[in-house]
Amino acid sequence: MNKLNFLKPNKENLNTYLYIGSFLFFIAVLDVFLGSFFQINITSFLPNFVGFILPLILGVVGLHLIRIEFSGIPKLDLLNKNINTNTFNAVLTLLIIFVVIKSIPPLMSWFIIDANIAGDTKEACTGSGACWTYIKIWLRRFIYGMYPNELQWRINISFFLLIALAFVGLIPSKKLKKFLTLYYVIIYPIIAFILIYYLISGGAFGLEWVETGAWGGLSLTFIVSFFCLIFCFPVGMFLALGRRSALPTVRYISVGFIEFWRGVPLITVLFMSSVMFPMFLPEDFFMDKLVRVIIAISLFEAAYVAEVIRGGLQALPRGQYDAAKSLGMGYWKMHIFVILPQALKLVIPGIANTFLALVKDTPLIFVVGLLEIVGMLNLAKTNPKWLGFAMEGYVFAAIIFWIICYAMSKYSYNLELKYKTER
Amino acid sequence: MSNAIIKINDVNKWFGDFQVLKNINLEVQPKQKIVVCGPSGSGKSTLIRCINRLEEHQEGNIIVDGNELTEDTKDIEKIRAEVGMVFQQFNLFPHLSILDNCTLAPIWVKKMPKKDAEELAMKQLKQVQIDDQAQKFPGQLSGGQQQRCAIARALCMQPKIMLFDEPTSALDPEMIKEVLDAMVNLAKQGMTMIVVTHEMGFAKEVADEVIFMDEGMIVEKANTKDFFANPKSDRTKLFLSQIL
Repeated sequence: MNKLNFLKPNKENLNTYLYIGSFLFFIAVLDVFLGSFFQINITSFLPNFVGFILPLILGVVGLHLIRIEFSGIPKLDLLNKNINTNTFNAVLTLLIIFVVIKSIPPLMSWFIIDANIAGDTKEACTGSGACWTYIKIWLRRFIYGMYPNELQWRINISFFLLIALAFVGLIPSKKLKKFLTLYYVIIYPIIAFILIYYLISGGAFGLEWVETGAWGGLSLTFIVSFFCLIFCFPVGMFLALGRRSALPTVRYISVGFIEFWRGVPLITVLFMSSVMFPMFLPEDFFMDKLVRVIIAISLFEAAYVAEVIRGGLQALPRGQYDAAKSLGMGYWKMHIFVILPQALKLVIPGIANTFLALVKDTPLIFVVGLLEIVGMLNLAKTNPKWLGFAMEGYVFAAIIFWIICYAMSKYSYNLELKYKTER
Repeated sequence: MSNAIIKINDVNKWFGDFQVLKNINLEVQPKQKIVVCGPSGSGKSTLIRCINRLEEHQEGNIIVDGNELTEDTKDIEKIRAEVGMVFQQFNLFPHLSILDNCTLAPIWVKKMPKKDAEELAMKQLKQVQIDDQAQKFPGQLSGGQQQRCAIARALCMQPKIMLFDEPTSALDPEMIKEVLDAMVNLAKQGMTMIVVTHEMGFAKEVADEVIFMDEGMIVEKANTKDFFANPKSDRTKLFLSQIL
């Protein structure tokens, strides 16, 4: 007997092992479950330390017993292969199960059971959980910033129209298909700008003018992210091409530009854009703070996008350039039809990464006095009537950002699948 | 011999300090088929890449169809459009279907209407017998089929000259024949061809002239019969004895 065959079953007593093993595992999970959900300690007769470690030991022994090779039960084999391959994996599996069980009750109680949402004042929040009343009362501010309440329909309509117009691409018409790229790259952003300029900003057609300083909250997050994403991509693309250009002037300018913007922190760029930049402009020249911020972020992110795209350009085999050239294509035709479609497809994950970072960087615009959703939270938490609810605010913002970013990441993954062709 | 379609006079080329082409002189008549052979690193690929200026030569001059290739050549694209090229690694565009691979350049470079371009592409694909694969993507085809598509793609530009850069070297032995058949077929139609290859059977069947290159020089240049029957230089004899 060269291998210690401790407690290993054979064909005859397989079922016995299975029952004992499952029972021990069940007891272990039940012990943690009761302790966590109902504060019942079924092992209270044992010393504290033993009671703490007991479920783990029971579980490991249980999993050890049911770790039967080729038991003939497909589900059990699958389980053993994936999460119960050896003692170490069994311990990890148990610990994860325990952590999940242990963390559910406190989260549930904070988020739902002990939370308050009724009432209009701080005093309504009596439970020990979250005070969603705070979010409820401040929701308008978190979404629209300081935008006047009676004018908020203008933001709603603009965003509704923009979302509706974004789905034009789904119209199945062959004649329009040709213009879709043109629509999304040029026409859509122009429509967006016009809508935002005339409807949200106002000042024409009898609409009251609302200065950009009053814009804020989630709607400002969307506006800043939207325009920055749209602008930084083409700029980044040209920078990437410029960095690989055969013309030294173009190349050095691109390299200089990229290295400059990559080398400075975004917060200083924003600060400069609002404080330093106007000093260099003629006195009668006015550029809105929001526009300056959008330009600053776009240029900043364009440098990152450029490097991501350059990675894709370099990943293409030289033969693709040769083939395109040998067919008589010039620089632009070669890049538009052969090189960029392939390179951009390769860098979708990298671009998505940069875009997610961009969206999550938008809160930094507080340094120039623009308050998007996190800025509004910071403002609201210092309101004397509502002190002490920073936690709820940040959790709320985290959830919102997570939803936005997860949607973007899902979308980029779908794009990857859509444009996947076998090489 | 003034009506030569390609004239190469005293061409020298260096990669850094290394001289890849040494005093190359060559004239190609319309409809002539030339096979270039030689050991690897002898400069044969570089030579034909110079003919459509995928590589630049430093000395001497190359005249293609009456246009000299220099740094100032503004309409190099026009010359390239006249010279088709087939590569060792096929170099199809993986993001486009076989049909789109063939129509891309005619539509955007020659400004051919889409319908005409597709008709022409289907005709060329039929010539190389892969018209039934037109809607597939390059990745779904075998190496031989991809290479035949590459030939069809080059032919769709209706070139005057076709350059082949070791078109069968990256293929499985079984697929070599189908590609060579397509090339023989093309030769019979009277295309001007310069083929870098080690397929001596193809050379014997098709070539008017065979050029043997070694260390950047043209060692021997003779019509096909003489080249194989009584090679002059010892280097050629050695090469032929090893390859045949």
